[in-house]
Amino acid sequence: MNSFKVLMNGIIKENPTFVLLLGMCPTLGTTSSALNGMSMGLATTFVLICSNVVISLIKNLIPDTVRIPAFIVVIASFVTALQMIMQAFAPDIYASLGLFIPLIVVNCIILGRAEAFASKHGVVPSFFDGLGMGLGFTLALTILGAIRELLGTGKLFGMTLWAEDYGMLMFVLAPGAFLVLGYLIAIVNKIRKV
Amino acid sequence: MKKLKSNLVNMTVVLTVISVIAGGVLAYVNQVTQGPIAAINEQKLQDGIKQVILGTTDGELNVEQPDTLDGGYVLYKTDKGTAVMAIENGFAGPISVLVGFDEQGAVKGYTILATSETPGLGVKADTWFQKDGKGSIIGRNPGEKELVVSKDGGDVDAITASTITSRAFLKAVNNAYQVYKNNGQWTDTNSGASQKAH
Repeated sequence: MNSFKVLMNGIIKENPTFVLLLGMCPTLGTTSSALNGMSMGLATTFVLICSNVVISLIKNLIPDTVRIPAFIVVIASFVTALQMIMQAFAPDIYASLGLFIPLIVVNCIILGRAEAFASKHGVVPSFFDGLGMGLGFTLALTILGAIRELLGTGKLFGMTLWAEDYGMLMFVLAPGAFLVLGYLIAIVNKIRKV
Repeated sequence: MKKLKSNLVNMTVVLTVISVIAGGVLAYVNQVTQGPIAAINEQKLQDGIKQVILGTTDGELNVEQPDTLDGGYVLYKTDKGTAVMAIENGFAGPISVLVGFDEQGAVKGYTILATSETPGLGVKADTWFQKDGKGSIIGRNPGEKELVVSKDGGDVDAITASTITSRAFLKAVNNAYQVYKNNGQWTDTNSGASQKAH
């Protein structure tokens, strides 16, 4: 399979957030600012690439009946390692995302790609699938975070564009996440059909 | 290579091997990151103590051996004041606050060491109650008048839309004051330690 096609598939055609609607919990929970959304997306991308590559390597060694527990152990190991590494070398990002990092384990995008793609394809396509899906997820979370941050606090990536008093607090809170996500999905679907 | 059959032996062996390898990798990563993580936390604490007692002014600070008390309070006596760490349950989890007190018991400064409050709302406690914040508590003495948010009849402005966080924060400060009053004897200001600080 064409690697480029696999890559673009994850970013646009089967964007995990806007098209597959997978991993909604971190999507809604971490996108209160553009930076948080982007960091969460990149952390997920890292785990997705690692788990996809490892699972495609060992797919023939895993008996079918126990594949899910085996996948989960692989994914959970990468997430725990990532958590410790972030805590040690990127404490600022860890401070703002700490709560959500362990939840990457149960992000259905990762298990979904392991099951649907990595366990059926070779190492190289699996790598690109992980990268594409991860970037698609990162892109979606960054856009969502940027819109919520801008409307809610008047800032973008921490830079003040207008006074915070003009911000609509609701957009930083949970209802804002649902509203913005809903509109984005509608827009993306409209564009995809054109 | 052909896919392994799902019989009992295969399943047990494969799952065991995967778990053992995963455990080994994690043990290694833990060993590598343990040092830096401890160093960062220690650095954060030392910076925090300095910040809550000295404020923005530069200077040396001699921190004595910390005392850990019942209820998770930790007392850091220094030659220029005492810092108390108090933990209180906030909106989304424990908030760990470090408060510095002067001789009379007035708040010299505070910092938040750990929090899991809502980003954009509760996390504002970090700046809201500072000297130039809207609900400043700097210079207030919880012994003279307990710190209470205006909604509960007090005179401290709560963070907009984060009353629960504000209540928890002020409770932590009040509790820290009690701990300070009961345990925190002012270290002798004429000792050699304070001379060095100038």
